[in-house]
Amino acid sequence: MRGRLKLFLGYAAGVGKTYQMLSEAQDLKKHGIDVVIGYFEPHGRAETIALTEGLDVVPRRVVEHQGSRFEEMDTDAIVQRRPQVAVADEFAHPNAPFSARPRRWEDVRVLLDAGIDVLTTMNVQHLESLNDQIWQTTNVRVRDTVPDWVLAQADEIVMVDLTPRALLNRLKRGVVYPPDRARAALQNVFREPTLVALRELAMRQTAHAAESREMPVDSGTGASAAPARDERLLILITPDPASAALIRRGRRVADYLQADCLAVFVSDTPDLRHLTPEERKNTERHLNFARGLHIDTRTLVGSDVARALVEFARTNKVTQMFVMREKKSGFHLVRRGLVQRIVSLAGDMEVTIVSDRSGQRPVR
Amino acid sequence: MPVDDHLPRPEGDALLHGARQAGRGALKVFLGYASGVGKSFRMFDEGRRRHDRGQDVVVAAMQPDMDPEATEAARDLPVIPTRTVEGVPVLDVESVLARRPQICLVDGLAYDNPSGSRNRRRCEDVEELLAAGITVLTSINLAYIEEQQPFVRTVTGDAPDQAVPQGFVTRADEVVVVDAPPAADTPSRAQQLSLLRQRALLLTADVVDHQLEAYLRLHGVLPTWGTQERILVCMTPRANAAAMLASGRRNAERFHGELFAVYVRQANLTLPDRLALARNVRLARAAHARISILDAQDPIGSILEYARFHGVTQLFVGHNLRPTWRARLTGGLLDRLIEQAEGMDVRVFPH
Repeated sequence: MRGRLKLFLGYAAGVGKTYQMLSEAQDLKKHGIDVVIGYFEPHGRAETIALTEGLDVVPRRVVEHQGSRFEEMDTDAIVQRRPQVAVADEFAHPNAPFSARPRRWEDVRVLLDAGIDVLTTMNVQHLESLNDQIWQTTNVRVRDTVPDWVLAQADEIVMVDLTPRALLNRLKRGVVYPPDRARAALQNVFREPTLVALRELAMRQTAHAAESREMPVDSGTGASAAPARDERLLILITPDPASAALIRRGRRVADYLQADCLAVFVSDTPDLRHLTPEERKNTERHLNFARGLHIDTRTLVGSDVARALVEFARTNKVTQMFVMREKKSGFHLVRRGLVQRIVSLAGDMEVTIVSDRSGQRPVR
Repeated sequence: MPVDDHLPRPEGDALLHGARQAGRGALKVFLGYASGVGKSFRMFDEGRRRHDRGQDVVVAAMQPDMDPEATEAARDLPVIPTRTVEGVPVLDVESVLARRPQICLVDGLAYDNPSGSRNRRRCEDVEELLAAGITVLTSINLAYIEEQQPFVRTVTGDAPDQAVPQGFVTRADEVVVVDAPPAADTPSRAQQLSLLRQRALLLTADVVDHQLEAYLRLHGVLPTWGTQERILVCMTPRANAAAMLASGRRNAERFHGELFAVYVRQANLTLPDRLALARNVRLARAAHARISILDAQDPIGSILEYARFHGVTQLFVGHNLRPTWRARLTGGLLDRLIEQAEGMDVRVFPH
């Protein structure tokens, strides 16, 4: 049987995710359950470290790469040890180069497949579909993201809440970081309005996760197995770098509306040969990105983008098309007038024009 | 480098305490979605930590059936016991005021005091402590918030007799949501707890959202961060407003967001147009949208200004497919709207 995944969701370092996770691990141990620490990030916090006392630790795997030394979770060793529950801190963590799997969340999936229950932690900042909003809010582009469908597979998501004011006090008292790092943090992400906005996102995300869990979920794909889907969303992918934001936005809206999500790229030639190397690279990256988010993605061949898109949409019973707003002076492939043509051809379908949020000032 | 670094940066307390009157104590509420999620423990644990850091903390009310963890956290804290009047525990406000601690812990906020008491309800006692400059930490269950009781009753079939007005909680300086996964013995109880839990999270998110909005307005920053989805339906007499409003309502519910509807005041409307507009406004009201009438001088400009001011994330507009001169004119307006709707999605509905 597959293991159960429980995730402690926070909105910043120092809110107490690891602390709460380890408290639970101690609780489980008290009840006679075999718990091991697979990975734990102490961050030098005495209270948290004290909570590991008495828990069995599976030693980390040490990786040497180009003179650097990395310590990673030893997934194989945990699977061999066969505990009932494993603690795997920092779900979004990227593994050292040449690891068997690039991300910790992929290691966690191996543990779950082996029938081991896993406790893990994550900040809301790392959720893929929130990436643009987080950027807008914090001015930080988070690279280590976790796709939404992975989170949807968690059996439980618990919000670890601490008010921003309490968090800032902890930071000033040196509980979270050493003094130098604390000072830098106070200048950057740890500003109160930013923290308040992130906290709100975490609360809404946790509520959304609880809501989605009420419906039967296909454990293989993470997709909701509820059949009553009256909406289908289709995203138009282009070589424009803004496509990434469009894909995230479309995925998020589809998730909230419990709609199917499709994406297409319309190409003049079947093998993308007419594109410049850079355009081809971008397009392929966008197509892969969409697939990584579990979006059904196709390439259509045709010289009339609007017509090909709308015809595909109609054949596939799409209710809403998602396209990027045309830029005043921009990528030549987003031809001016394209949006207008799509709207006029759309008939009874809705068209959503998504604007690039990158020009907006962050909340500070 | 942040774009708006010149903005005055608030001190740590400024955001949540900007509105608090000088000399008043701060109110911090620990909100749980059901009993047994650990809100009393969280409150006493914070009291203990503050006590250990040398702050003057006093417990003014405890619950009779505290779990061992909470009892342990409260063990070393000084207590001013409640007085029992007609079998009801009542805060000893006089003694607390005389003792003047920095911080007072009140476990359980929703009690009605017996008649003849100093105040009718315990939350009014707390109000007195706050006014006297004492910071109060308190705990409450969702089911004890008056405005939430109809919802709680729908979900569980029952709600307690006593309650605190929601405004008392939402005006608190800080609200902490104590979230723990529902521990239920039956699937239907699990479902109930899950619904209560979502409600507690969303209620807290709304409180946080309003505090953030107030702060940003105070500092002249428009709310364009999109932590909450806000949908604006633009109504014209000819637009298929019924479909747009129905979709707007559905989207707002799915996103737990807000729904707005506007129409732009137009001169020289024909009678059928006026009737159509009146019908649309009725539909908007039925969809629980916040409705506004905008000036017609520059329709696109007024819609966008309204949308920006309210932090709208999605604009719903109608599009006329008939190739008439009027359609071409609206088409031009639509292009302008799309072009200028910086930071918002525009969803075009056929009609």
